[in-house]
Amino acid sequence: MDKHEGRDAAAMRFDDPWYDALASGWGELDGTAARSSAVPQQSHAAPERGPSAAEIYLEVQASPAFQQVRGRYRRFVVPATLAFLAWYVAYVVAATAAPGLMARPVAGAVNVAMVAGLGQFLSTFLLTWAYARHARLRRDRAALELRWDTQELTRLTEVGGGGR
Amino acid sequence: MNHGHETLALLLFSAFVATTLAITTWVSRNRHGSAEEFYVGGRLFSPMENGFAIAGDYMSAASFLGISGLIALYGYDGMLYSVGFLVAWLVVLFLVAELVRNCGRFTLADVVASRMSERPVRIAAGTSSVTVSVLYLVAQMVGAGSLVGLLLGGSSGAAQTWTVVGVGALMVVYVTLGGMRATTWIQIVKAVLLMAGALALTVLVLVRFGGDFNQLLTTAAARSGHGLDFLAPGLRYGGDWTARLDFISLGLALVLGTAGLPHILSRFYTVPTARAARRSVVWSIGLIGSFYLMTIVLGFGAAALLGSDTVRASNAAGNTAVPLLAHDLGGGAGSAGGTVLFAVVAAIAFATILAVVAGITLASSASVAHDLYASLRSRSKRGKPYSEVAVARVAAGGIGVVAIALGLLAKDLNVAFLVGLAFAVAASANLPVLLYSLFWRGFTTRGAVWSVYGGLVPAVLLVIVSPVVSGSPESLFPGADFQFFPLQNPGLVSIPLGFLAGWLGTVTSHEVPDAAKHAETEVRSLTGAGAA
Repeated sequence: MDKHEGRDAAAMRFDDPWYDALASGWGELDGTAARSSAVPQQSHAAPERGPSAAEIYLEVQASPAFQQVRGRYRRFVVPATLAFLAWYVAYVVAATAAPGLMARPVAGAVNVAMVAGLGQFLSTFLLTWAYARHARLRRDRAALELRWDTQELTRLTEVGGGGR
Repeated sequence: MNHGHETLALLLFSAFVATTLAITTWVSRNRHGSAEEFYVGGRLFSPMENGFAIAGDYMSAASFLGISGLIALYGYDGMLYSVGFLVAWLVVLFLVAELVRNCGRFTLADVVASRMSERPVRIAAGTSSVTVSVLYLVAQMVGAGSLVGLLLGGSSGAAQTWTVVGVGALMVVYVTLGGMRATTWIQIVKAVLLMAGALALTVLVLVRFGGDFNQLLTTAAARSGHGLDFLAPGLRYGGDWTARLDFISLGLALVLGTAGLPHILSRFYTVPTARAARRSVVWSIGLIGSFYLMTIVLGFGAAALLGSDTVRASNAAGNTAVPLLAHDLGGGAGSAGGTVLFAVVAAIAFATILAVVAGITLASSASVAHDLYASLRSRSKRGKPYSEVAVARVAAGGIGVVAIALGLLAKDLNVAFLVGLAFAVAASANLPVLLYSLFWRGFTTRGAVWSVYGGLVPAVLLVIVSPVVSGSPESLFPGADFQFFPLQNPGLVSIPLGFLAGWLGTVTSHEVPDAAKHAETEVRSLTGAGAA
């Protein structure tokens, strides 16, 4: 199943016609960026003056669809991060400050410390599962649509010579 | 130790080297040296492949040899490493993996530099990435050295030296010839070998105790010489408050460091989308989690079956507990089973070290070429510009030499402990700047630069003035004494300093944060628009 989805993802990349054009515009140092955007696109004569890329990103950022994706991401990630960090710090501090408590036997040779340590493993696995599920069901589709829309908009400005 | 296992281990090890060299030549046939190909293998790995490769990159000799060794010597306190190393992946999964995949191209600096004035930020992030990588490399080299020391009878200093040199040289060859594609396949092969080896030993340990974990713990406690204290925290990090603070410091460094490791971050670029990056992290969490659960069994198993004193006698830092355990599980001295199992485990540990060294060498050569060289070159236009990939190949050689030299110097320190230092530096210098640029609207160039140096410089300085380097019999330079910082791990002080410096630099700078650039980062990071 995973293998299969991996192939889907790979295929998706090839379906993306703007993949390379956009990839070379960002964080680029060795001159290709300048080449791709600075060359005037004279074949596309007299386009209307559209919004610049900066305006597009600001506009997308303000759009309700994006706000929703961001809200969903943050509403999961912020509490979950705080929770597991607190649980982990509590575990580490308890091991140093309250070794007596940690050494208390639970069953046989297994003590509180051992249960807490294995509990960390368990909570990590559970949170990983919950996050992956949340992202898959609540974010992926909306994020993908935003991606196409944004790329469509920025592509128009690049063709129109607006560029960055 | 008899002669049989040496020959066999060397044979198995040669087989691994031959296989990986064959992989390297195979995948690098007809490849043009594009940066996309060299740094990230064309971005076409599947999540499962990348998940295994991430696990391969992460489960280093430090984990396999170091953690089990620490558990065998100090019992429960060694487990902190297992827990911290795993919980750290939640930080990576939640806050870093997908966003970094969407925002960057090859390195950590890409993510930060996209919002900021590029040059100073790139130089800062590149410098800290190289520093972290070199520290991490040293740990792996030390692991290789101590393993060979054991294999050849412990007394052979020259053999140890030549192993460190040989491992380094071999890795430089892999990286320069095969780039990311070859390195990834080496990681995958190694991850499979390591999981299989650990699983086999774990099963053997549990079988020896009739599947009774309680029995295993009781025997371990009895043979450790510490009794029930062995199963509770405090043996290594108990006692005075310095040791306890050290424990907390280490715990922080472990959980926050992973998300700042350059060779882990660069792995997210080898898959096509952020979704694939997430899926690869889920795979790797599964693999890494089960692996660390097994190291716990192996560590207590070594204490129970060999006794802590035997482990300590072989290597004071405990690095050789697992190979010794394998020898015992196979039937003990003189038996064929013991010889074979020992040889297999030693060969797997070698393979582990080789693979991890390759991954780090590649990531740091990317930092040198893509961040440092490209930024410094843009100022001095004199001279013929070399292609970035050519620079990266040369850089791989240079980094190899530095790591070999330091590895020879540090050969008596515990491997897991050395990795703890690398994590502390990564958490102080790389993580604050990464989180700030992804999540803070008002973050500025000065904030970025200050945050990197504000974490990096204190972390490195505190290590230099710590008991690790001087002032105690176990130090790197036992003769000298310029130690005044009491903790061995600087994380507790330097991680907050990194965050603080980033905040301070931002609020004191006159630069008005560019709202459009922030919007671009946010939109790109969460949707993947325009991602490379």
